[in-house]
Amino acid sequence: MSNFVENAKQAVQGAAQAAMQKAVELAPDSWIPGGRPDPLIDRKHGLIGAQTSRVDGSLKVRGAAPFAAEFPLEGLLYAAVTFSTIAKGRITTLDTAEAEAAPGVVLVMTHRNAPRMRPMPLFLTSQKAAGGDDLPVMQDDRIHWNGQPVALVLAETQEQADHAASLVRVAYEVEPALLSFAEAKAKGTEPGIFMGPMKLEIGDPEAALAAAPHKVDTVYRTPRHSHNAIELHAATVAWQGDTLRVHDASQAVAHTAWSLAEIFGIDESNVHVTSPFVGGGFGGKSLWHHQVLAAAASKLTGRPVRIVLSREGVYRLVGGRTLTEQRLALGARDDGTLDAIIHTGTVAMTPHNAMPEPFILPTQSAYAARSIKLDVEVVKLDMLANTFMRAPGESVGTFALESAMDELAVELGMDPVELRIRNEPEKDPTSGLPFSSRHIVDAYRMGAERFGWSARSATPGMRREGEWLIGMGVATATYPYHRMPGGAARLTLTRDGRVTVEAAAHEMGMGTATAQSQITAERLGLSLDQVTVHYGDSAMPGMILAGGSQQTASIGAAVIAAQRELVAELLKLAGNDSPLAGLKPDEVGGMNGGLAKLDEPDRFESYVSILTRANSDEVSVVGNAPMPLETQHWSMHSYGAMFCEVRVNAITGEPRVSRFLGSFDCGRIINAKTAASQFRGGIIMGLGLALMEETVFDERSGRIMNPSMAEYHVPVHMDVPEIDVIWTDIADPHTPMGAHGVGEIGITGVGAAVANAVYNATGKRVRDLPITLDKLM
Amino acid sequence: MAITINGSDVEAPGDARVSLLDLVRDRLNLPGTKKGCNQGACGACTVLVDGERVLSCMTLAVQCEGRSVTTIEGLAAGGALHSLQQAFIDHDGFQCGYCTPGQICSAVGMIAEIERGVPSVITADLGGEGLSLSREEIQERMSGNLCRCGAHNGIIDAISEILVREAAE
Ligand code: FES
Ligand code: FES
Repeated sequence: MSNFVENAKQAVQGAAQAAMQKAVELAPDSWIPGGRPDPLIDRKHGLIGAQTSRVDGSLKVRGAAPFAAEFPLEGLLYAAVTFSTIAKGRITTLDTAEAEAAPGVVLVMTHRNAPRMRPMPLFLTSQKAAGGDDLPVMQDDRIHWNGQPVALVLAETQEQADHAASLVRVAYEVEPALLSFAEAKAKGTEPGIFMGPMKLEIGDPEAALAAAPHKVDTVYRTPRHSHNAIELHAATVAWQGDTLRVHDASQAVAHTAWSLAEIFGIDESNVHVTSPFVGGGFGGKSLWHHQVLAAAASKLTGRPVRIVLSREGVYRLVGGRTLTEQRLALGARDDGTLDAIIHTGTVAMTPHNAMPEPFILPTQSAYAARSIKLDVEVVKLDMLANTFMRAPGESVGTFALESAMDELAVELGMDPVELRIRNEPEKDPTSGLPFSSRHIVDAYRMGAERFGWSARSATPGMRREGEWLIGMGVATATYPYHRMPGGAARLTLTRDGRVTVEAAAHEMGMGTATAQSQITAERLGLSLDQVTVHYGDSAMPGMILAGGSQQTASIGAAVIAAQRELVAELLKLAGNDSPLAGLKPDEVGGMNGGLAKLDEPDRFESYVSILTRANSDEVSVVGNAPMPLETQHWSMHSYGAMFCEVRVNAITGEPRVSRFLGSFDCGRIINAKTAASQFRGGIIMGLGLALMEETVFDERSGRIMNPSMAEYHVPVHMDVPEIDVIWTDIADPHTPMGAHGVGEIGITGVGAAVANAVYNATGKRVRDLPITLDKLM
Repeated sequence: MAITINGSDVEAPGDARVSLLDLVRDRLNLPGTKKGCNQGACGACTVLVDGERVLSCMTLAVQCEGRSVTTIEGLAAGGALHSLQQAFIDHDGFQCGYCTPGQICSAVGMIAEIERGVPSVITADLGGEGLSLSREEIQERMSGNLCRCGAHNGIIDAISEILVREAAE
């Protein structure tokens, strides 16, 4: 079996192939992580699922949680950036004299004096690569996008740096750039690659569509989006001897440390990245040029540097979600069952990144269609590299899929909830794998009941109160369960019976420390205040990316592994004088502040007693999570049924969301309070995607035209109704704690739920996000 | 003339360009006040000047000479939490916590505005007795404080709880 796992490991890393993949699919469950249910699943009345308030709540409400730009260092210099104003070409003149002479200026760094550095290792190209693009970072006179940094100024104060950056004079030789999506498509597309090809065909969907008695065949469009975390991207960096110390705002500390080491040609152990608090990430807080430039400038001056991008700077330097154009065709029989799903289309990316927005992902596992065709094509534009943003793929893919399902329900004269239930698959429709835990129909039934779905009129435009037309819509939410390789955690038990967990993971608002404190306390038989969770430090074990909604499961799996090590150590220490003498690690578990035999809890010794008798101050172990083979053995996802009520003003066209319910099926919920906040937060970002968000890109200049929080609209308090969230709370027997991710699912399905409600209110079908009032007038 | 910040007198900066936000964050090591845009669009930098909420990124430090500034660090005396701070924890009125100091300072200023009878754009009855404490009134008055994590429901719940409690007292 260990050989099996070794081989499977290589298969996951891409070294060996389909044969091994097949072997993992066919292996007995017991060989696979999650093959035996996590014992925590059976603990019903403990800390798991509790409404625990955040352990770091007091720090945050007092403004005492330190963020990246808030580490005071002696002799700190402040940075400001000058950005290119053309999309493509060469710098011909770079006059820095005036900036250099400005008061307080210590350095003006350009491609002429920047240290030699390698490009950023591009995210997904190797295990710890964190870069948003793989372009040279201020190494030559080439311009690749409008907004590329051309100079970095360091000064004694931020005011001096900002002023000096405005004095840098740059002239360019402009070259023709490819900026128009339509023009690029006309020149030809290429297949998108995202962890493998995104092309799939089962049966003959075009023929099935042509023959189907009921069909929908339309194009949906979604624009560019920006993460707009309220914390600006920032880093405070210093070279301490040969070691690069980075206080970052990061959702990938271990990845960032390794990547910076590659860039500067130094050993990974000589880069130390910490990020104890992150003011929102959503996919945007990885490695971009600003951390590299700050580290380079710090190296040149020998002084610590703080870089805080302006809000405009974030738009110029940090990519967002790209635009999509999606064809969604459905062919159905009279009973509503699907003969064909076709989900194809084109997205824009760049020659220097690897992120074709994978909008087909939700369609892979959604419905039991008799034939399926999926295809993502890309065009490459001369723009800032696009990147991951909350539920990449699903957030915009569900807009097309779930809008089309609503259109089909109208065409069939069938209730849209019923249509979805009729197409519920028994196994994954494209991979053929069994589902690990899928109770979406329960979520639909619970949600419909609670929302009062039966009060909806199937005919649009039937409900009006004064000027307001009222409608209801529904859509499916879905996001995969991920657990990436490389999870690890250290458990340290001290003689006072307290435990510390350390893992290179992150807190950006998800409540990581809180949830993991609950889990670890429950697992080891401790109280919440006896557990402390440390994270956000590249020197800690593992590399747990805050992405893919995987942190809870990944840390959870690592702690399971570490607990095994800890128990083995403790049994050794306990020796022959303990009630536990002679027991094997598998026979004991943590309870009541110590270890006990699982089926004979009277055989017990407390942690304090074991360590005291052994005269040991602490026991510290590291556990490595097993390879995530479960995701190749089962089809694993979070699900939700999203119910929305809108009011559309009959005179002005203004759309308002008046009620929203998310009914989720996401395995066991760890913390009812913070999970509800995650769900709501996702839904609210989904309301933004539905109604207002768009990064406006000028196809003539390649410049982003609304690089500010005033002109890029996100939902404000007045836009957000009370959002109801409920969940099935059915544990997945194959995941740590029975949990699925809850961080990204909330944004999925929302665009379609709103669009479908708008149709029900007005009879107008908007297929082009955002749904602004001009489209409804 | 000095600027009083959380009860202590501070000299105004020599560089007139320095905003109140950069004064407290960069020079006084009071980073509880947050920078989210530096252009008056997000509300993360909200502090109280003589009890009124202002955007500290849009306020020059020198404008505050002779005035009294309260930041999140000065809201509660001696380690205790202000009732709003506790209500934010109870209602999970934040996730990442970055917009939170601004939301809380803004709410303190807003409650004082309601007590003074200052109307908002949605206040219907301008001549009426006291202002309604409706959810909509609070939402409208807090809409200058953005939250990207989407903690809006918890924020409004926390503020409502305090308003109702104060009205009862
Ligand atoms: S930082 Fe002042 S309003 Fe955004
Ligand atoms: S809590 Fe993160 S922005 Fe409001």
